[in-house]
Amino acid sequence: MRLEGTPSQTVGPYLSIGLPWDDGPFVVPEGTEGAVWIRGGVYDGAGNPVPDAMIETWQADPDGGFDHPDDPRGKPAAPFRGFGRCPTDEQGQYRILTVLPGIVPDTSGAPQARHIDVSVFARGLLNRVVTRIYFEDQDNAGDAVLASVPEERRDTLLAKKDGDGYRFDVRLQGEGETVFFAV
Amino acid sequence: MATPTERRLPQYRPDPDGTHAPLDYAPYRSTALRHPKQPLVLLPQMLTEVTGPLLGPGRLGEFDNDLTRQHAGEPQGQRIIVTGRLLDGDGRPIRNSLVEIWQANAGGRYRHTGDRWPSPLDPNFDGLGRTLTDDDGRYEFTTIKPGAYPWKNHDNAWRPAHIHFSVFGSAFTQRLVTQMYFPDDPLFSQDPIFNSIPDEKARQRMISRFDLERTEEQWALAFQFDIVVRGREQSVFEDEEEDE
Repeated sequence: MRLEGTPSQTVGPYLSIGLPWDDGPFVVPEGTEGAVWIRGGVYDGAGNPVPDAMIETWQADPDGGFDHPDDPRGKPAAPFRGFGRCPTDEQGQYRILTVLPGIVPDTSGAPQARHIDVSVFARGLLNRVVTRIYFEDQDNAGDAVLASVPEERRDTLLAKKDGDGYRFDVRLQGEGETVFFAV
Repeated sequence: MATPTERRLPQYRPDPDGTHAPLDYAPYRSTALRHPKQPLVLLPQMLTEVTGPLLGPGRLGEFDNDLTRQHAGEPQGQRIIVTGRLLDGDGRPIRNSLVEIWQANAGGRYRHTGDRWPSPLDPNFDGLGRTLTDDDGRYEFTTIKPGAYPWKNHDNAWRPAHIHFSVFGSAFTQRLVTQMYFPDDPLFSQDPIFNSIPDEKARQRMISRFDLERTEEQWALAFQFDIVVRGREQSVFEDEEEDE
Protein backbone atom coordinates (compact mmCIF):
# COMPACT_ATOMS: atom_id res chain seq x y z
CA MET A 1 0.00 0.00 0.00
CA ARG A 2 1.33 3.42 -0.89
CA LEU A 3 -0.24 6.51 0.66
CA GLU A 4 0.27 10.11 -0.33
CA GLY A 5 1.74 12.43 2.30
CA THR A 6 -0.08 15.03 4.33
CA PRO A 7 1.10 18.55 3.39
CA SER A 8 2.98 20.74 5.82
CA GLN A 9 1.46 23.97 7.12
CA THR A 10 2.89 26.82 9.17
CA VAL A 11 2.95 26.54 12.96
CA GLY A 12 1.32 29.97 12.91
CA PRO A 13 1.81 32.77 15.42
CA TYR A 14 0.34 30.87 18.36
CA LEU A 15 2.62 27.84 18.46
CA SER A 16 3.43 28.72 22.06
CA ILE A 17 -0.01 27.44 23.09
CA GLY A 18 0.70 23.90 22.08
CA LEU A 19 4.35 23.19 21.58
CA PRO A 20 6.66 24.43 24.34
CA TRP A 21 7.48 22.10 27.20
CA ASP A 22 8.83 23.24 30.56
CA ASP A 23 11.78 20.89 30.14
CA GLY A 24 12.02 21.36 26.37
CA PRO A 25 15.26 23.37 26.34
CA PHE A 26 16.93 20.79 28.60
CA VAL A 27 18.31 17.95 26.52
CA VAL A 28 20.22 17.20 29.71
CA PRO A 29 19.36 18.35 33.23
CA GLU A 30 21.14 21.35 34.67
CA GLY A 31 24.27 20.30 36.50
CA THR A 32 25.11 17.53 34.02
CA GLU A 33 28.85 17.16 33.64
CA GLY A 34 30.05 18.71 30.42
CA ALA A 35 26.74 20.44 29.72
CA VAL A 36 26.88 23.47 27.43
CA TRP A 37 24.33 26.11 26.55
CA ILE A 38 23.63 26.70 22.90
CA ARG A 39 22.08 30.12 22.63
CA GLY A 40 21.11 32.13 19.62
CA GLY A 41 18.57 34.20 17.80
CA VAL A 42 16.36 33.68 14.79
CA TYR A 43 16.40 36.63 12.36
CA ASP A 44 14.43 37.50 9.25
CA GLY A 45 15.57 39.04 5.97
CA ALA A 46 15.43 42.56 7.44
CA GLY A 47 17.66 41.47 10.31
CA ASN A 48 14.78 41.65 12.76
CA PRO A 49 14.39 38.99 15.44
CA VAL A 50 11.61 36.45 14.90
CA PRO A 51 9.66 36.17 18.17
CA ASP A 52 7.27 33.46 16.98
CA ALA A 53 9.72 30.75 15.98
CA MET A 54 10.70 27.45 17.54
CA ILE A 55 13.95 25.53 17.42
CA GLU A 56 14.10 21.75 17.71
CA THR A 57 17.36 19.84 18.02
CA TRP A 58 18.20 16.16 17.52
CA GLN A 59 21.60 14.67 18.24
CA ALA A 60 23.62 11.63 19.21
CA ASP A 61 24.65 10.97 22.79
CA PRO A 62 28.26 11.73 23.87
CA ASP A 63 29.35 8.32 22.56
CA GLY A 64 27.79 8.97 19.15
CA GLY A 65 24.84 6.61 19.69
CA PHE A 66 21.11 6.97 19.14
CA ASP A 67 18.54 5.37 21.41
CA HIS A 68 16.55 4.25 18.38
CA PRO A 69 15.81 0.88 16.73
CA ASP A 70 17.24 2.01 13.39
CA ASP A 71 20.71 2.61 14.78
CA PRO A 72 22.31 -0.69 13.65
CA ARG A 73 25.02 -0.40 16.27
CA GLY A 74 22.62 -1.27 19.04
CA LYS A 75 21.21 0.53 22.03
CA PRO A 76 23.40 2.97 23.95
CA ALA A 77 24.33 2.17 27.52
CA ALA A 78 22.30 5.00 29.03
CA PRO A 79 19.02 6.49 27.80
CA PHE A 80 19.47 9.91 26.23
CA ARG A 81 16.54 11.96 24.94
CA GLY A 82 18.70 13.69 22.38
CA PHE A 83 15.87 16.08 21.65
CA GLY A 84 15.56 19.73 22.53
CA ARG A 85 12.79 22.22 21.87
CA CYS A 86 12.67 25.92 22.59
CA PRO A 87 10.37 28.67 21.31
CA THR A 88 12.00 32.04 20.70
CA ASP A 89 11.25 34.82 23.16
CA GLU A 90 10.20 38.41 22.48
CA GLN A 91 13.74 39.15 21.32
CA GLY A 92 13.79 36.16 19.00
CA GLN A 93 16.21 34.26 21.26
CA TYR A 94 16.31 30.57 22.12
CA ARG A 95 18.52 28.41 24.32
CA ILE A 96 19.20 24.68 24.58
CA LEU A 97 21.19 22.97 27.34
CA THR A 98 22.93 19.89 26.03
CA VAL A 99 26.18 17.99 25.84
CA LEU A 100 28.36 17.78 22.75
CA PRO A 101 27.25 14.91 20.52
CA GLY A 102 29.76 12.13 19.93
CA ILE A 103 31.15 11.08 16.58
CA VAL A 104 28.57 9.53 14.24
CA PRO A 105 29.68 7.62 11.14
CA ASP A 106 28.34 8.58 7.72
CA THR A 107 26.88 6.04 5.30
CA SER A 108 30.32 4.83 4.25
CA GLY A 109 31.40 4.42 7.86
CA ALA A 110 33.64 7.52 7.81
CA PRO A 111 33.35 9.71 10.89
CA GLN A 112 31.29 12.88 10.64
CA ALA A 113 32.20 15.96 12.61
CA ARG A 114 30.18 16.48 15.78
CA HIS A 115 26.82 17.88 14.71
CA ILE A 116 23.26 18.53 15.81
CA ASP A 117 20.32 18.47 13.39
CA VAL A 118 18.03 21.47 13.76
CA SER A 119 14.47 22.18 12.65
CA VAL A 120 13.27 25.77 12.56
CA PHE A 121 9.54 26.44 12.63
CA ALA A 122 7.91 29.87 12.51
CA ARG A 123 4.93 31.87 11.41
CA GLY A 124 5.67 32.61 7.78
CA LEU A 125 7.41 29.28 7.21
CA LEU A 126 5.00 26.96 5.44
CA ASN A 127 7.38 24.09 6.05
CA ARG A 128 10.14 23.74 8.62
CA VAL A 129 13.66 24.52 7.48
CA VAL A 130 16.50 22.22 8.47
CA THR A 131 20.07 23.08 9.33
CA ARG A 132 22.98 21.56 11.24
CA ILE A 133 25.01 22.93 14.11
CA TYR A 134 28.76 22.23 14.00
CA PHE A 135 31.20 23.57 16.59
CA GLU A 136 33.98 25.99 15.71
CA ASP A 137 36.42 24.53 18.23
CA GLN A 138 35.97 20.92 17.14
CA ASP A 139 37.65 19.02 14.31
CA ASN A 140 35.42 19.68 11.31
CA ALA A 141 37.89 18.55 8.66
CA GLY A 142 36.73 15.72 6.47
CA ASP A 143 33.03 16.09 7.21
CA ALA A 144 31.30 15.22 3.94
CA VAL A 145 28.24 17.36 4.59
CA LEU A 146 30.24 20.46 5.49
CA ALA A 147 32.46 19.85 2.47
CA SER A 148 29.36 19.83 0.25
CA VAL A 149 28.44 23.35 1.38
CA PRO A 150 29.94 26.27 -0.57
CA GLU A 151 33.05 27.28 1.34
CA GLU A 152 32.03 30.90 1.84
CA ARG A 153 28.81 29.78 3.57
CA ARG A 154 30.19 27.07 5.89
CA ASP A 155 30.69 29.59 8.63
CA THR A 156 26.91 29.89 9.06
CA LEU A 157 26.86 26.31 10.36
CA LEU A 158 29.51 26.85 13.04
CA ALA A 159 28.42 27.53 16.61
CA LYS A 160 30.80 30.05 18.15
CA LYS A 161 32.32 29.58 21.57
CA ASP A 162 30.56 31.98 23.93
CA GLY A 163 30.84 31.99 27.73
CA ASP A 164 29.47 28.75 29.17
CA GLY A 165 28.62 27.35 25.77
CA TYR A 166 28.10 28.40 22.19
CA ARG A 167 26.18 30.87 20.11
CA PHE A 168 24.34 29.75 16.99
CA ASP A 169 22.20 32.31 15.17
CA VAL A 170 19.73 31.40 12.47
CA ARG A 171 19.35 33.89 9.63
CA LEU A 172 16.38 32.89 7.53
CA GLN A 173 17.21 35.17 4.63
CA GLY A 174 19.64 37.74 3.29
CA GLU A 175 23.14 38.59 4.36
CA GLY A 176 24.76 35.71 6.20
CA GLU A 177 21.77 33.49 5.41
CA THR A 178 22.12 30.18 7.24
CA VAL A 179 22.68 27.13 5.08
CA PHE A 180 19.48 25.10 5.03
CA PHE A 181 19.30 21.51 3.87
CA ALA A 182 16.90 19.42 1.85
CA VAL A 183 16.43 16.14 3.73
CA MET B 1 30.02 -3.55 16.20
CA ALA B 2 28.77 -3.52 12.62
CA THR B 3 29.73 -0.60 10.47
CA PRO B 4 26.56 1.02 9.18
CA THR B 5 26.37 1.14 5.44
CA GLU B 6 23.90 2.88 3.23
CA ARG B 7 21.91 -0.24 2.52
CA ARG B 8 21.52 -0.98 6.19
CA LEU B 9 19.88 2.34 7.00
CA PRO B 10 16.26 3.07 6.15
CA GLN B 11 15.84 5.88 3.65
CA TYR B 12 12.76 8.06 3.43
CA ARG B 13 11.49 9.02 0.02
CA PRO B 14 10.54 12.62 -0.58
CA ASP B 15 6.88 13.50 -0.99
CA PRO B 16 5.83 14.06 -4.62
CA ASP B 17 6.23 17.57 -6.05
CA GLY B 18 3.24 19.68 -5.17
CA THR B 19 2.62 18.05 -1.78
CA HIS B 20 4.21 20.85 0.19
CA ALA B 21 4.01 24.59 -0.17
CA PRO B 22 6.91 26.60 -1.56
CA LEU B 23 8.67 28.49 1.22
CA ASP B 24 8.21 31.69 -0.77
CA TYR B 25 4.50 32.21 -1.34
CA ALA B 26 3.57 35.82 -1.94
CA PRO B 27 -0.15 35.53 -1.13
CA TYR B 28 0.88 34.57 2.44
CA ARG B 29 2.69 37.79 3.20
CA SER B 30 4.71 36.59 6.15
CA THR B 31 6.84 34.39 3.90
CA ALA B 32 8.41 37.46 2.24
CA LEU B 33 11.18 38.06 4.79
CA ARG B 34 11.30 34.55 6.20
CA HIS B 35 12.00 32.24 3.28
CA PRO B 36 15.59 31.30 2.49
CA LYS B 37 16.72 32.71 -0.84
CA GLN B 38 19.73 30.45 -1.28
CA PRO B 39 19.18 26.98 -2.71
CA LEU B 40 18.83 24.18 -0.17
CA VAL B 41 21.84 21.87 0.09
CA LEU B 42 21.10 18.17 -0.14
CA LEU B 43 21.60 16.40 3.19
CA PRO B 44 22.11 12.67 2.71
CA GLN B 45 20.04 10.59 5.12
CA MET B 46 22.55 9.27 7.62
CA LEU B 47 22.15 8.09 11.20
CA THR B 48 21.12 11.45 12.60
CA GLU B 49 18.45 11.86 9.92
CA VAL B 50 16.95 8.36 9.96
CA THR B 51 16.59 8.28 13.73
CA GLY B 52 14.45 10.63 15.76
CA PRO B 53 13.09 11.25 19.22
CA LEU B 54 10.81 8.50 20.53
CA LEU B 55 8.75 10.49 22.98
CA GLY B 56 6.68 8.46 25.35
CA PRO B 57 3.99 8.71 27.99
CA GLY B 58 6.15 10.95 30.16
CA ARG B 59 4.95 13.85 28.05
CA LEU B 60 1.26 13.42 28.91
CA GLY B 61 -0.96 14.79 31.64
CA GLU B 62 -4.30 13.31 32.72
CA PHE B 63 -6.72 15.25 30.50
CA ASP B 64 -4.34 16.10 27.68
CA ASN B 65 -6.47 14.24 25.11
CA ASP B 66 -9.75 15.79 26.29
CA LEU B 67 -9.71 19.55 25.87
CA THR B 68 -13.23 19.79 27.33
CA ARG B 69 -12.15 18.50 30.76
CA GLN B 70 -9.12 20.60 31.52
CA HIS B 71 -11.06 23.07 33.67
CA ALA B 72 -13.79 22.94 36.31
CA GLY B 73 -16.39 23.96 33.75
CA GLU B 74 -17.03 22.93 30.17
CA PRO B 75 -15.91 25.13 27.30
CA GLN B 76 -18.44 26.85 25.07
CA GLY B 77 -19.00 25.48 21.62
CA GLN B 78 -19.77 22.31 19.77
CA ARG B 79 -18.13 19.20 21.18
CA ILE B 80 -16.28 17.16 18.61
CA ILE B 81 -14.34 13.93 18.66
CA VAL B 82 -11.34 13.92 16.35
CA THR B 83 -9.87 10.54 15.50
CA GLY B 84 -7.38 9.32 12.97
CA ARG B 85 -4.30 7.26 12.32
CA LEU B 86 -0.69 8.27 12.05
CA LEU B 87 0.75 6.30 9.14
CA ASP B 88 3.81 6.35 6.97
CA GLY B 89 3.63 6.46 3.20
CA ASP B 90 3.70 2.67 3.04
CA GLY B 91 0.61 2.40 5.21
CA ARG B 92 2.52 1.31 8.28
CA PRO B 93 1.08 2.61 11.56
CA ILE B 94 3.40 4.74 13.66
CA ARG B 95 2.92 3.43 17.16
CA ASN B 96 3.28 5.05 20.58
CA SER B 97 4.09 8.34 18.99
CA LEU B 98 3.37 11.79 20.37
CA VAL B 99 0.63 13.84 18.68
CA GLU B 100 0.22 17.45 19.80
CA ILE B 101 -2.58 19.83 18.85
CA TRP B 102 -3.41 23.48 19.45
CA GLN B 103 -6.36 25.53 18.34
CA ALA B 104 -8.60 28.56 18.78
CA ASN B 105 -11.77 28.43 20.90
CA ALA B 106 -15.31 28.24 19.52
CA GLY B 107 -15.26 31.97 18.90
CA GLY B 108 -12.07 31.74 16.90
CA ARG B 109 -9.80 33.23 19.56
CA TYR B 110 -6.52 31.79 20.82
CA ARG B 111 -5.52 31.93 24.45
CA HIS B 112 -2.48 34.04 23.66
CA THR B 113 -1.50 37.58 24.52
CA GLY B 114 -0.91 38.29 20.84
CA ASP B 115 -4.49 37.50 19.87
CA ARG B 116 -6.42 40.72 20.43
CA TRP B 117 -9.44 40.46 18.18
CA PRO B 118 -12.67 41.13 20.06
CA SER B 119 -14.03 37.62 20.33
CA PRO B 120 -14.38 36.44 23.91
CA LEU B 121 -11.83 34.24 25.62
CA ASP B 122 -13.32 31.11 27.15
CA PRO B 123 -12.21 30.61 30.76
CA ASN B 124 -12.71 26.87 30.34
CA PHE B 125 -10.66 26.35 27.21
CA ASP B 126 -6.92 26.41 26.72
CA GLY B 127 -6.82 24.89 23.23
CA LEU B 128 -3.92 22.54 23.90
CA GLY B 129 -3.94 18.75 23.59
CA ARG B 130 -1.50 15.83 23.56
CA THR B 131 -1.82 12.11 23.15
CA LEU B 132 0.06 9.00 22.06
CA THR B 133 -0.92 6.80 19.14
CA ASP B 134 -1.85 3.22 19.97
CA ASP B 135 -0.56 0.00 18.38
CA ASP B 136 -2.58 0.71 15.21
CA GLY B 137 -1.29 4.27 15.03
CA ARG B 138 -4.67 5.59 16.20
CA TYR B 139 -5.18 8.77 18.14
CA GLU B 140 -8.29 10.41 19.57
CA PHE B 141 -9.06 13.83 20.98
CA THR B 142 -12.22 15.31 22.45
CA THR B 143 -12.39 19.03 21.91
CA ILE B 144 -14.69 21.75 20.61
CA LYS B 145 -14.92 22.92 17.04
CA PRO B 146 -12.70 25.98 16.62
CA GLY B 147 -14.16 29.10 15.08
CA ALA B 148 -12.90 31.00 12.05
CA TYR B 149 -11.03 34.19 12.81
CA PRO B 150 -9.90 37.33 11.01
CA TRP B 151 -6.27 38.13 10.31
CA LYS B 152 -4.57 40.95 8.49
CA ASN B 153 -3.00 39.14 5.57
CA HIS B 154 -5.28 40.78 2.99
CA ASP B 155 -8.56 42.68 2.88
CA ASN B 156 -11.23 41.06 5.04
CA ALA B 157 -9.11 37.93 5.47
CA TRP B 158 -10.45 35.07 7.61
CA ARG B 159 -8.75 31.80 8.41
CA PRO B 160 -10.92 28.71 7.90
CA ALA B 161 -11.51 26.75 11.12
CA HIS B 162 -8.51 24.53 11.74
CA ILE B 163 -6.64 22.53 14.34
CA HIS B 164 -2.83 22.58 14.33
CA PHE B 165 -1.20 19.15 14.49
CA SER B 166 2.40 18.28 15.28
CA VAL B 167 3.70 14.73 14.76
CA PHE B 168 7.17 13.22 14.87
CA GLY B 169 7.00 9.98 12.95
CA SER B 170 9.95 7.81 13.89
CA ALA B 171 12.73 9.64 12.03
CA PHE B 172 13.96 13.22 11.83
CA THR B 173 13.01 13.17 8.12
CA GLN B 174 9.36 12.41 8.99
CA ARG B 175 8.74 15.36 11.30
CA LEU B 176 5.57 17.18 10.29
CA VAL B 177 3.51 20.14 11.44
CA THR B 178 0.21 20.55 9.64
CA GLN B 179 -3.36 21.79 10.04
CA MET B 180 -6.60 19.86 9.98
CA TYR B 181 -9.48 21.63 8.26
CA PHE B 182 -13.23 20.91 8.30
CA PRO B 183 -15.33 19.76 5.32
CA ASP B 184 -17.08 22.30 3.09
CA ASP B 185 -15.60 25.38 4.72
CA PRO B 186 -16.65 28.47 2.72
CA LEU B 187 -13.36 30.18 3.58
CA PHE B 188 -11.03 27.82 1.72
CA SER B 189 -11.23 29.86 -1.47
CA GLN B 190 -9.63 32.95 0.05
CA ASP B 191 -7.12 31.38 2.44
CA PRO B 192 -3.53 31.58 1.22
CA ILE B 193 -2.22 29.14 3.83
CA PHE B 194 -4.61 26.39 2.76
CA ASN B 195 -4.07 27.28 -0.90
CA SER B 196 -0.29 27.36 -0.62
CA ILE B 197 -0.32 23.63 -1.35
CA PRO B 198 0.17 23.37 -5.11
CA ASP B 199 -1.44 20.00 -5.72
CA GLU B 200 -5.23 20.03 -5.43
CA LYS B 201 -5.40 16.43 -4.22
CA ALA B 202 -2.72 17.06 -1.60
CA ARG B 203 -4.67 20.08 -0.38
CA GLN B 204 -7.76 17.92 0.05
CA ARG B 205 -5.77 15.58 2.32
CA MET B 206 -5.78 18.29 4.99
CA ILE B 207 -9.58 18.27 5.16
CA SER B 208 -11.06 15.98 7.76
CA ARG B 209 -14.03 13.75 7.03
CA PHE B 210 -17.31 14.00 8.94
CA ASP B 211 -17.59 10.64 10.68
CA LEU B 212 -21.20 9.82 11.51
CA GLU B 213 -20.29 6.48 13.06
CA ARG B 214 -18.06 8.08 15.65
CA THR B 215 -20.53 10.76 16.67
CA GLU B 216 -22.00 10.30 20.12
CA GLU B 217 -25.74 10.64 20.32
CA GLN B 218 -26.91 13.68 22.23
CA TRP B 219 -23.31 14.63 22.86
CA ALA B 220 -20.71 15.18 20.14
CA LEU B 221 -20.02 15.35 16.42
CA ALA B 222 -17.01 13.52 15.03
CA PHE B 223 -14.34 14.08 12.40
CA GLN B 224 -11.72 11.71 11.09
CA PHE B 225 -8.25 12.84 10.00
CA ASP B 226 -5.42 10.50 9.04
CA ILE B 227 -1.90 11.92 8.91
CA VAL B 228 0.63 10.40 6.53
CA VAL B 229 4.35 11.07 6.89
CA ARG B 230 7.09 10.05 4.49
CA GLY B 231 7.42 6.39 3.58
CA ARG B 232 10.58 4.34 3.39
CA GLU B 233 12.32 3.80 0.11
CA GLN B 234 12.19 0.27 -1.13
CA SER B 235 15.29 -1.16 0.41
CA VAL B 236 17.35 -4.27 -0.19
CA PHE B 237 18.10 -4.31 3.51
CA GLU B 238 16.14 -7.42 4.42
CA ASP B 239 17.28 -9.46 1.39
CA GLU B 240 20.85 -8.56 2.09
CA GLU B 241 20.47 -9.64 5.69
CA GLU B 242 19.16 -13.03 4.62
CA ASP B 243 22.05 -13.49 2.25
CA GLU B 244 24.61 -12.96 4.97
